[in-house]
Amino acid sequence: METSYTEALRRALDEELARDPAVVILGEDVAAGGAFGVTRGLAERYGVERVRNTPISEAAITGLAVGAAVAGLRPVLEVMFIDFITLAMDNLVNQAAKYRYMSGGQLSVPLVVRTQAGAAGGAAAQHSQSLEAWLMHVPGLLVVTPSSPCEAYGLLKAAIRQDDPVVFIEHKRLYSKREDLPASEWVAPLGQARVVRAGVDATVVTYGGMTPLVVDAAARAAAEAGIDAEVIDLRSLVPLDVDTVVQSLQRTHRLLVVHEAVQNGGVGAEVAARVAEVAFDELDAPILRVGAAFTPIPFAPELERAVLPDEQRIVSALLRLVKEA
Amino acid sequence: MSSPEVGNQDLCLSLYRMMVRIRLFEEQVGKLAAAGQVPGLTHLSTGQEAVAAGVCAVLRPQDYLFSGHRAHGHTLAKGSPVTAVLAEILGRETGLCRGRGGSMHLVDAARGMLGATGVVGGNIPLALGAAWAAQVRGEDRLAVVFFGDGASGNGVFHESLNLASLWRLPVLFVCENNGVAEFTQREEHSRVAFTSEFAKPYDIPVRVVDGNDVLAVYTAAQALVHWVRQAGGPAYLECQTYRLSGHYVGDAQAYRDKAELAAWRERDPLLRLQRQLLAQGVPAAELTAQAEAERQALAQALELARTAPPPAAAEASAYVYSCARETPTCP
Ligand SMILES: Cc1ncc(C[n+]2csc(CCOP(=O)(O)OP(=O)(O)O)c2C)c(N)n1
Repeated sequence: METSYTEALRRALDEELARDPAVVILGEDVAAGGAFGVTRGLAERYGVERVRNTPISEAAITGLAVGAAVAGLRPVLEVMFIDFITLAMDNLVNQAAKYRYMSGGQLSVPLVVRTQAGAAGGAAAQHSQSLEAWLMHVPGLLVVTPSSPCEAYGLLKAAIRQDDPVVFIEHKRLYSKREDLPASEWVAPLGQARVVRAGVDATVVTYGGMTPLVVDAAARAAAEAGIDAEVIDLRSLVPLDVDTVVQSLQRTHRLLVVHEAVQNGGVGAEVAARVAEVAFDELDAPILRVGAAFTPIPFAPELERAVLPDEQRIVSALLRLVKEA
Repeated sequence: MSSPEVGNQDLCLSLYRMMVRIRLFEEQVGKLAAAGQVPGLTHLSTGQEAVAAGVCAVLRPQDYLFSGHRAHGHTLAKGSPVTAVLAEILGRETGLCRGRGGSMHLVDAARGMLGATGVVGGNIPLALGAAWAAQVRGEDRLAVVFFGDGASGNGVFHESLNLASLWRLPVLFVCENNGVAEFTQREEHSRVAFTSEFAKPYDIPVRVVDGNDVLAVYTAAQALVHWVRQAGGPAYLECQTYRLSGHYVGDAQAYRDKAELAAWRERDPLLRLQRQLLAQGVPAAELTAQAEAERQALAQALELARTAPPPAAAEASAYVYSCARETPTCP
């Protein structure tokens, strides 16, 4: 049966709440379903003690979730917009990420911070950002970016079972996407990238909300220019599966990285550097990146469209990469 | 004589012993730090030992403890062995945290010491979380968090008071109000002299005590801990005290009022307890013997810690991730 990204996330939460009494959900409005409806119905099923509304206190609730994880719960905290993770950064970066290390392995932090990123519909500069590169920069955190309903389901289950703090970044444009979910339980392998479309002319690396767009762009490049691109969904930025990218490059010898975040200091820079370090000789052309303009996300729809990567820019980049280089 | 507990000589002696342990330990750490043998920043709690000893004496082994950058005393008072704490402060593999944490980040999970943090105020919501875990599991266990008056300037302190009150979390907030944060007096931080004033609007029961009177601290902590266990909600203990040492080892203390320091030396919590015990008829030789036993234990610990190996450089990246079974690929 076709399931939306939202419903897929809910199924993962539901199954994990049922499986393990240590799993608890907290966040603003979560007992009422949360701002995007992901937790709808769970408080009715598991009680408001396990699906717990919090005040609008991102710093304290994140710190509380870290302390609860250290003391043996497996909290799933919802931070409504990734933009507000700025208020939780001490707790994530200084506390959660370093607990295991600074305690010499005595304690770990089995915490999932579910949050939601990306631009859509004029949410503007404080409700649209893609801040994953910040988080990827911190040793001790895992960063997971599900790109489809199946991925959302399997990766959220994996994240909840992980003993380290995971920032789980959903994308607002994906919530309504639908596809068939596996009938039986499935836990996605964390740390293994996924080849979404096989191809031989170029490798396009992407993740999260850009993945469907890149797949569409690859289809168009094939139809219009005869370019057969391989598309890789990284699934997680930490762990970063460079091996799968390099294996693809050994066939295609050309690399494009696409993300919605700005290019400066972004995931694309890291992927490009890691590939250049280990597979420079495989490259027949300079590595290209497509990302948002180095601009806050604008409000007016015309401007929002102007700064974000779109199908045309991805197709153009593929043409440059394969035909011109 | 400040409290009904004063008649309990065993208790008084055990408080004395703990305060001596902390005092001697930190004197030693101070010497080592001044000699350049302690990496990083070292904050001593000299003059504030009565708070650590008095509060922790009320706790059970399974109760959770959190602290901040001035955590040596709290950690020892919760029961951590002198050798492992000292080895950690010296950055040794045999330290509590295998030399990964150091003076500001002591953790002793087995004894409920779930963490000290170098970020002022960062420990407060963590304690709420541990208390919440106990609440969710229906355990008879509370979380205690020690912090300074300076931490009350941090937003997360205020968020945490609200949250602890709202969720009826079994947390004891313990503010060591020593009237100064780093080099700046309380009056320059806030118009509110007593941090416990902030707890009152949230309907959190508050006690303010002379933090240099260990029996007063003990008695108040006992009452509040009892309340937390019974009522299952938070309580707030504010201890007025004074830091006799610098903010950190090496602090030139230009901000320090000499007359004030001299006055507080007279109120040294350890000397006060000593006088009380002597007045009660405890033989001076008994106190000397207790202190001597602590001195010897410390000397042994120092020998062990000093000669212990540092962590191996090849292990610098161990303990970052757990790499649980479910994760096929480690980061
Ligand atoms: C968030 C944060 N800001 C600043 C500092 C630097 N700092 C370390 S200790 C300290 C003073 C803290 O005062 P207080 O909380 O009263 O504790 P005390 O040192 O008196 O024990 C400051 C400002 C810090 N560690 N963390």
